[in-house]
Amino acid sequence: MQLSKDDLLKAYRIMRTVREFEERLHVEFATGDIPGFVHLYAGEEASAAGVCMHLTLKDKIASTHRGHGHSIAKGCDVHAMMAEIFGKASGLCGGKGGSMHIADLDKGMMGANGIVGAGSPLACGAALAAKRLGNGGVAVAFVGDGGSNQGTTFESLNLASVWNLPCVFVVENNGYAEATSSKWSIACDDVADRANGFGMPGVVVDGHDFFAVHEAAGEAIKRARNGEGPSMIEVKFTRYYGHFEGDAQTYRAADEIKTLRGTKDCLDIFAEKVTAAALVEQAELAAIDEEAKALIDDATAQARAAPNPGAAELLTDVYISY
Amino acid sequence: MARKITFQQAVNEALAQEMERDETVVLMGEDIAGGTGGEGEMDAWGGPLGITKGLYSKFGDRVMDTPISESAFVGAAVGAATAGLRPVVELMFIDFMGVCFDQMFNQAAKFRYMFGGKAETPVVVRTMFGAGLRAAAQHSQCLYPVFTHIPGLKVVVPATPYDVKGLLIQSIRDNDPVIFCEHKMLYTLEGEVPEEPYTIPFGEANITREGGDVTIVTLGRMVHIANEAATNLAKDGIECEVIDLRTTSPMDQDSILESVESTGRLVVLDEATPRCNIATDISALVCQEAFDALKAPIRMVTAPHVPVPFNDTLEDLYIPDAAKVETAVRAVMEHRQ
Repeated sequence: MQLSKDDLLKAYRIMRTVREFEERLHVEFATGDIPGFVHLYAGEEASAAGVCMHLTLKDKIASTHRGHGHSIAKGCDVHAMMAEIFGKASGLCGGKGGSMHIADLDKGMMGANGIVGAGSPLACGAALAAKRLGNGGVAVAFVGDGGSNQGTTFESLNLASVWNLPCVFVVENNGYAEATSSKWSIACDDVADRANGFGMPGVVVDGHDFFAVHEAAGEAIKRARNGEGPSMIEVKFTRYYGHFEGDAQTYRAADEIKTLRGTKDCLDIFAEKVTAAALVEQAELAAIDEEAKALIDDATAQARAAPNPGAAELLTDVYISY
Repeated sequence: MARKITFQQAVNEALAQEMERDETVVLMGEDIAGGTGGEGEMDAWGGPLGITKGLYSKFGDRVMDTPISESAFVGAAVGAATAGLRPVVELMFIDFMGVCFDQMFNQAAKFRYMFGGKAETPVVVRTMFGAGLRAAAQHSQCLYPVFTHIPGLKVVVPATPYDVKGLLIQSIRDNDPVIFCEHKMLYTLEGEVPEEPYTIPFGEANITREGGDVTIVTLGRMVHIANEAATNLAKDGIECEVIDLRTTSPMDQDSILESVESTGRLVVLDEATPRCNIATDISALVCQEAFDALKAPIRMVTAPHVPVPFNDTLEDLYIPDAAKVETAVRAVMEHRQ
């Protein structure tokens, strides 16, 4: 699919914003001011951007532990996201969700999820709703390589085919489920091999290449929109940080991340391709880099300055109190 | 106009009337139509006990058979509820919660709070529970206390045909997730039920019998056991007030406390096993809020702390009966301060 210049700039802006967001969180988390856990998406940006560029407000996504990139790509407000991760009242969930539960249903973002593999059934439900309501929407379940081994995902793949749902399963295989290699924990060569067993097409794409993800996602989403049923895309790439912040990653080869950052970075590859083809000027990308940095600077400053939720918030948003 | 129908017919009628009223109400579950994909009859079962029989014929593909995949289809019901549908999903036996509990307690129950009040999840999980059908340890449990423990879930345990219809319609119209627990021994019970749709609010107990000597708080099938015991005790001049909770979350604490303030004696009757069940919860409530009103220690009548046995003699011993309730009531009456 040919992308317009505007689309190229949009895709780059999403990826750069996610990268800047995650790199900043890496720094901010180290200060000790962010409560709980964060799971960073840096290195994986081409997947969220390549898939979500095809989606509109009526489409839904279900995300994973590692959900910041999906949220930004689906249009969640970056300021409210940062405030949520700091646990502030101005956060996307009023400070009651945090990094692992960032959600904005109005944007079609059904939530990051603290339970590995829980998004797949939810996405089936969103796809069922779109089909029944006849609104032309599709649902995307982002699943990690860890989540790909959960029974919920197997059941959902089957159900999506049996019910012929407009659902796309994007398996983001970053090589590690927590500290365990996917080469060991997945019994077949590729997760995509399993798709055939559930009656749907499955493809493997290079997740460092935005264009590869974008093309495969386009086909799968078109298929879903046309009522032809679900598909699976396995996106292979790596994460630049640990399972969570604070993970020393001693399970990885010493120079693994450095090598990948130097040779396989999705933003570098994207920039090289679009400038070499003279589709976009380097200066235009540099301007986006600056804007993304300024956006995250501002979001971080505002999140730090924002008030905590009031004590009364403890007991709101639940139907009953005793 | 009211007429006599069974508990089972009342469930079916509530579902049919809500599906007629609101196109976003859909049903899903294992064999709730039955026959999908086969060469024989469609709508062959209407669920294993025929509760949803005929709904497929009326509503077509809004009544969806599923693979035996509770994680996927209960989760799909939850996801669909956040995306514009009002699914009523059947978990055939409450015991099967073990293979889909995450979708209920970590997903559906949490969304509204965890997403800062911006999510609504109008899903109903209808499920069959309780002992008495010789269905043994994995098809007979009373697990409503587990759900009652979870903030964000509403839990309904109806006792009569009238209540099951009104409470099910209320559940479908509610914007929070509801676990709707139907006792399998009540399906053939007959009672007066209005033809037209109506709702019964959550958190309003039903006082099925008034009396000044002892309060019996109970729910589900046990309401009928309590009433039987109360009738027997009345012959000896002991007047029991029987409170049917109807819903355990929210729970009508006021009705319980008002009754105990008046009688000064409490027996709690719960078919669930005895640790951390509804009986212990209510006993704790009354001890904390109405201790001074008590003239005798509270008595709890529950199942023993064992799995449900298969053998009919053993299962009958397992289930609380009127004789055990009468013994408990006489004990609190005879207590000397």
